[in-house]
Amino acid sequence: MTHRSVEVPVVARVEGEGALHVRIDDGEITRLELEIYEPPRFFESFLRGRHFSEVPDIVPRICGICPVAYQFTAIHGLERLFETEVPEGTYELRRLLYCGEWIESHMLHVHLLAAPDFLGFDSAIEMAQKGFKPQVERGLRLKRVGNDLMAAIGGREIHPVSPMVGGFSRVATARELRAFEGRLEDALAEVLDVADFVAPLEMPAFPRDAELVSMVNPLDYPMNAGDMASTRGRSWTSAQYEDVSEEVHVAHSNALHSVFADTQQPYFLGPLARINLNQSTLTPVAREAAGRAGLGAFPDLDPFRSMAARVAETALAFEEALRIIRAYEPPDPPHVSVQPRAGRATWCTEAPRGTIYHRYDVAADGTIEEAKIVPPTSQNLRHMEADLRAFLPGVLDRSDEELTRYAEMVVRNYDPCISCATHFLRLDVERA
Amino acid sequence: MSTDVTVAAEPTAHAKPRVAVFKMASCDGCQLQLLDAEEALLELAGAIEIVNFAEATSHVDPGPYDVTLVEGSISTAEQIDQVKGIREASSFLITIGACATSGGVQALRNGTALEDHVRYVYPTPAYIDALADSTPVADHVKVDLELTGCPVDRGQLLASLAWLLQGSVPRPPTTPVCIECKKRGYVCVVVAKGEPCLGPVTRTGCGAICPGMGRGCYGCFGPSQPPNTEALARRFIELGMRPSQVADRFNFITGYAPEFREAAERLDAVAAKEEAPA
Repeated sequence: MTHRSVEVPVVARVEGEGALHVRIDDGEITRLELEIYEPPRFFESFLRGRHFSEVPDIVPRICGICPVAYQFTAIHGLERLFETEVPEGTYELRRLLYCGEWIESHMLHVHLLAAPDFLGFDSAIEMAQKGFKPQVERGLRLKRVGNDLMAAIGGREIHPVSPMVGGFSRVATARELRAFEGRLEDALAEVLDVADFVAPLEMPAFPRDAELVSMVNPLDYPMNAGDMASTRGRSWTSAQYEDVSEEVHVAHSNALHSVFADTQQPYFLGPLARINLNQSTLTPVAREAAGRAGLGAFPDLDPFRSMAARVAETALAFEEALRIIRAYEPPDPPHVSVQPRAGRATWCTEAPRGTIYHRYDVAADGTIEEAKIVPPTSQNLRHMEADLRAFLPGVLDRSDEELTRYAEMVVRNYDPCISCATHFLRLDVERA
Repeated sequence: MSTDVTVAAEPTAHAKPRVAVFKMASCDGCQLQLLDAEEALLELAGAIEIVNFAEATSHVDPGPYDVTLVEGSISTAEQIDQVKGIREASSFLITIGACATSGGVQALRNGTALEDHVRYVYPTPAYIDALADSTPVADHVKVDLELTGCPVDRGQLLASLAWLLQGSVPRPPTTPVCIECKKRGYVCVVVAKGEPCLGPVTRTGCGAICPGMGRGCYGCFGPSQPPNTEALARRFIELGMRPSQVADRFNFITGYAPEFREAAERLDAVAAKEEAPA
């Protein structure tokens, strides 16, 4: 019997640490495990006993790449429980901050994490040194617009300080935000060039018979608010999340996996899911960017199209940011005082890499008694393993080095953020 | 900073200094500050050779390194061995961020039963391997420079690398955030709004972001030197806070830093006496 074992000891260019073990016996994959060895940090546990007002400062620390998603999922959920009426314009300003996070996260992923794969480089730095400097610089420039929006509204782009239950500690002035108009207009033009840059990148065709899941919202493309839906017709609300989705614990991972509670089947979250499920609210430039980046007729269930979906969503975030800024009146007052009450707070928002769910059980004095946080990457882990099992048999004849690169590409479609899934890839391939 | 900082190992004989980035238990935010340096990163890449940075590049190099940046706290037995190996391979070791310098927000579990936390979060506790306490890197190996902050300040990080490239040892300030507020002309949130603010005992470096955004500082850059936590705690109690509430202010993002830990313990002892349920 021939035996081969391939190890990817550290999956590079993902946010966090993980490893992949593959065992191949007689040309068949007999074991495939995505190991998350990012050490557990126990956020849900040490949130217990803290005051609700501290939650927006604690939960962003789960992930430096999508802190805003953590903040707003908690804030919206707690405000719904407390029946807090936030000042007019707060929703739009929050959406604008969320746009900033999508822009920086998507442009980081497309240029620094994913593009080097398809051009055969180890990093964007190498890409820039070997002929792609204008493209890398353009990506970084667009990313900077997102970062700067976050800093203007939140005080800083990593772990913003102004979001709070009840509003913002300080709101940006109209003048501060209007200063972005010119840059956003330029960015909208340039993002179409990014679509043209992505379109010819050679990617494997990998159509999947998958169930994609995202929030849906008839009014605007979902970021902060909406209900849940899947490409196979499921629909549910954030309050029902734990009835529909179940977390399972496997020996090889510090991150929990998620499956549908009824079928025990995995599902796929993220930009590709969102764009498939929210065609009606896709904005004009986003639609054009999607087409030019290579997203064909929907439904399009090829995980390698995720990169195109990210470019389209970046266009959407620029368009939304422009719309919000042009109509912007600073919420007055910046925040209202909040009266806690006992009960259960639940909410979902769309983090750059997919739906994030929070639940807090709160005491009458505002103390957090129970906390549950389900990040997008851990929900996607089971589906990543399924993708690898479906994809790798087609490339088993390649060298371990090439196999590793393919495995990493399949995983990177999900832009996994392993710190929040709690970190990523070490490939170990055993070939027998 | 102490004066005994020396470059531990011989510099490598490469034309460009070899820089490595490693991660322990953390959110990636501090490494992201380096990726977010964008144009500066490309410029810097001309002056240094980034030989290990898993978040940015697939290239892996076993060392030795001239300058090593470590993000994250030590929270598994394996990480203790890993960080010792990194230390041996590194001439100059810089820890970046609240996790690496004071154990991070995850150190809120320290001093409590690990088993309770494991059981609360994970359906199968036996699968989980973690140390009882989340600790700073300097508890395990010699560290040449600590850059605090949650996240670390990008300006401080780049300036420190630039200093090292010029052959000098950087000396980040340890003065309190208050100095920064005065420089920027910010209205004091304690005086004007009666809001608790850790600025008087927290080291500067962030640019006084929180007071600038109309709220109190929550200490994410760690203790200034020397911090008068007792006087500040008294002030907070005068503002109407209970000792246990004041303790929670110190026991937060950098709560495992010795000065803040002692302040919280002192207040918890007072709370145990004064706030006992009737």
